[in-house]
Amino acid sequence: MSTTDAYLIFERSRAGRSAVAQAPREHAATRIPANLQRKSAPGLPAASELDVVRHYTRLSQKNFSIDTEFYPLGSCTMKYNPRACNSLAMLPGFLNRHPHAPASHSQGFLQTMFELQEMLKEVTGMKDVSLAPMAGAQGEYTGVAMIRAYHDARGDTERREIIVPDAAHGTNPATAIMCGYEVREIPTDETGDVDIEALKAAVGPQTAGIMLTNPSTVGVFERRISEIAKIVHDAGGLLYYDGANLNAILGKVRPGDMGFDVIHMNLHKTFSTPHGGGGPGSGAVGVSERLLPFMPIPHVIEAEQGGYRFAEESDRPQSIGRLSAFAGNAGVLLRAYVYMRMLGREGMVRVSEFSTLNANYLARELAAAGFDLAYPKRRATHEFIVTLKKQAKERGLTAGDVAKRLLDHGYHAPTTYFPLLVPECLLVEPTETESKETLDGFVEAMACILAESENDMETIKSAPHTLPNRRFNEVAAAKALDVVFQPADEGDDSAPRTGTHG
Amino acid sequence: MPFIPHTEEDIRAMLDRIGAESVEDLFDEIPADLRSPPLTGIPEGENEMGITRLMQERAAKDGMPSNFIGAGAYEHHIPAAVWQIATRGEFYSAYTPYQAEASQGTLQLIYEYQTMISRLTGMEVSNASLYDGASALAEAVLMAVRVNRRSKAKRVLLPGALHPDYRKVVRTLIGNQGIELVELPFDETTGQTPVDALAPYADEDVTAMVISQPNFFGILEDVDALTGWAEERGIPVIAVVNPVSLALLKPPGEWGTNGVDIVVGEGQPLGAPLSSGGPYFGFMTTLKKHIRQMPGRIVGRAEDADGKPGFVLTLQAREQHIRRSKATSNICTNQGLVVTAATIHMSMLGDEGLTRVAEACYANTHALVEKLAAKGIKPRFTGEYFHEVALDFGGNAASRVQTMADAGVLAGFELGRDYAQLDGCVLACATETKTESDLEQYVTTWEQAA
Repeated sequence: MSTTDAYLIFERSRAGRSAVAQAPREHAATRIPANLQRKSAPGLPAASELDVVRHYTRLSQKNFSIDTEFYPLGSCTMKYNPRACNSLAMLPGFLNRHPHAPASHSQGFLQTMFELQEMLKEVTGMKDVSLAPMAGAQGEYTGVAMIRAYHDARGDTERREIIVPDAAHGTNPATAIMCGYEVREIPTDETGDVDIEALKAAVGPQTAGIMLTNPSTVGVFERRISEIAKIVHDAGGLLYYDGANLNAILGKVRPGDMGFDVIHMNLHKTFSTPHGGGGPGSGAVGVSERLLPFMPIPHVIEAEQGGYRFAEESDRPQSIGRLSAFAGNAGVLLRAYVYMRMLGREGMVRVSEFSTLNANYLARELAAAGFDLAYPKRRATHEFIVTLKKQAKERGLTAGDVAKRLLDHGYHAPTTYFPLLVPECLLVEPTETESKETLDGFVEAMACILAESENDMETIKSAPHTLPNRRFNEVAAAKALDVVFQPADEGDDSAPRTGTHG
Repeated sequence: MPFIPHTEEDIRAMLDRIGAESVEDLFDEIPADLRSPPLTGIPEGENEMGITRLMQERAAKDGMPSNFIGAGAYEHHIPAAVWQIATRGEFYSAYTPYQAEASQGTLQLIYEYQTMISRLTGMEVSNASLYDGASALAEAVLMAVRVNRRSKAKRVLLPGALHPDYRKVVRTLIGNQGIELVELPFDETTGQTPVDALAPYADEDVTAMVISQPNFFGILEDVDALTGWAEERGIPVIAVVNPVSLALLKPPGEWGTNGVDIVVGEGQPLGAPLSSGGPYFGFMTTLKKHIRQMPGRIVGRAEDADGKPGFVLTLQAREQHIRRSKATSNICTNQGLVVTAATIHMSMLGDEGLTRVAEACYANTHALVEKLAAKGIKPRFTGEYFHEVALDFGGNAASRVQTMADAGVLAGFELGRDYAQLDGCVLACATETKTESDLEQYVTTWEQAA
């Protein structure tokens, strides 16, 4: 690539250039009082339409993505995002609908949302589903806030603790704290299940609930889930289900049947809405009977006079309240609806079956190629863990090294260093949409890296070699913080001197 | 099988390698009594042709009324190139840029976004975005409490003229943190938040104060006076702003003597379609000295092993995946794809385009008010407004609004829902998308709905 590719859009700017075809005609100056007016132009780019299109098209080409590479990022479910989901969510009628349009002009949208709620209830076994949370982490917040509202409504206010396994996602303890709880961690046993004795010792009158992922973040199904549910319920606590791994069990087993009281789903994982470079997600939440009164608003219900409407505060006085200014990430929800309708009931089951088949096959092939599985005696679910503990000790080959070298082979890296309890781990999730040939190619690349580590560690340690950049000095970047472009450095003084550089 | 590439031979070969008889065997660790019943409540699969027909019917059902509702979500023209590029697979189907070398496109774009939004708001630093404007305000309140360690009261002043649903979202998201939210009254004549409203708190311990510009009624606040009051007392100020208005209005970084501490707002007007309320994005900018208290992802410039510049996620030690229970927030993703669109949108418009959009919004809303004034409809408040105005429809407002909707015009947001004293008032907004004949149609349908 030529060096000009590194230029920022601001460095392509030329005073006097613009994409005026995009602007409305000029209007008379406003009568805004002088003391409230802006004195100098903000300093947005001055570029032609072609400049902008070319710049961002070139930038896009510097990304790995599902559409261009195998992306086995564990816990993230990077499956193919069907294009129809996008184009149908972007039909003009959906794009132009204002969130406060009257119910008379919203029946197409509301019916679609109602049916999505119904389908999600069916696959999870929950009593009702809220589409309001805008991301998985907000779904978690919603769930734990409902647990708190439930205890508070019963006058049961001494419950101060949320139990979280040590393998949990970082969002779990962070969420519990945001809801005003203390966090108690419990260990995982050597087979990957929750340590039941530790759980029994941890529960008590102070227990508000437990947050669990099943299959767990170590890639195995929590076999004693019914026993766990009984222990927590007997202590008066509720069970929260983190739906990060729902892809593994779709149509096979439902969180509602496992005894969970509240769950969140990541529609951008299981139901294939795009990850978009880090959002927007959607963290729909399902509840059991006892949490129904506390569900967030708005929520689509059947209207008394036929059709559908949003339930508001007056319909649900005990609601934990609103999570967004409007009704959640509606455009994401439309994509999930299209995906679920295209799959249908038989397609739901295929998701878990083929994601599980792919993971077990890939685990077996990697083991045969010389890699150690963290839990070799267990079935893989839709994902599994490879540990490089042995190779790191023998020759200094770390999970991070393998991740970087894989990029040179044209594969996005698996998740590294999560969960934290397995040393030098790679969490691998192939998903159901990848073919056997792709998996075989990945195994070949992994075997190649392992062989390379025996005679040419330097090449691995300095990887990647084929991408726009080599490894970064992240420590230096955090010290000499530069998060906003500063034109003074580049000799362009057309833009105002805001921003920082240190 | 839709989206599943496996052939019969593949399945056989893979099962053989695993040593399993059937795919069903792979689920043998799930206790039999927990197995799911058949999912009869989900319809059978539709092909792409069938689902396309269905979605077209649903989308068409809601009509394409002429929309004059704003109330936090605004109809703007979005250049065709914006979403065509944003939905390129390389942006659309990538994830959070954890592997920086394989994510330079997204990372550089976010760095450019951070620069644009910092400049627009007149602040020093920005994060990579939050979920939406309302939740960004909740995060800003939590951040301000962390920033103002001197204050013991955990008391935050919120204007009553702030978007009512923002106030509700703040209550939901900080409800369990022991923070007291105090509502400031607005002047019933001007629609502004008067500095007098602050008098009761002059000698009280106040942790932070929120100012909305324009406020929910579209009215311009005296931001210098309000900010100045807080500055005299060392109280951090959180500004809630409309990004399009900032092409014309003084940026929060210049309010009062030294500017505010934190700026948040709804990013939707910068390239996100109305789309029933989302996905949008919340922006947040602040001063460099507060950056370690800021939630969300942040992109920084870095050098690689060859000394070549590039971009990485930085200051990750604030975040949940590292700090777990001690994180600044539980937030994980941002609104990456919508920020991608917004960055392209801002680049396409530039200063000139954004200024013209803001001026056209101002001109159209003021033109609508003039036309209605000729029919006897007056703005409810006397204060100066930007592109949104409270119109006094009188006693039969609700039925009039519905009748106008049935005639194809969404007249505005009924303020009586949240403000009993404003029953009969409708908040209307005419953006740059409205033509002279659209404005005429508003007036005509209003008359016919009488």
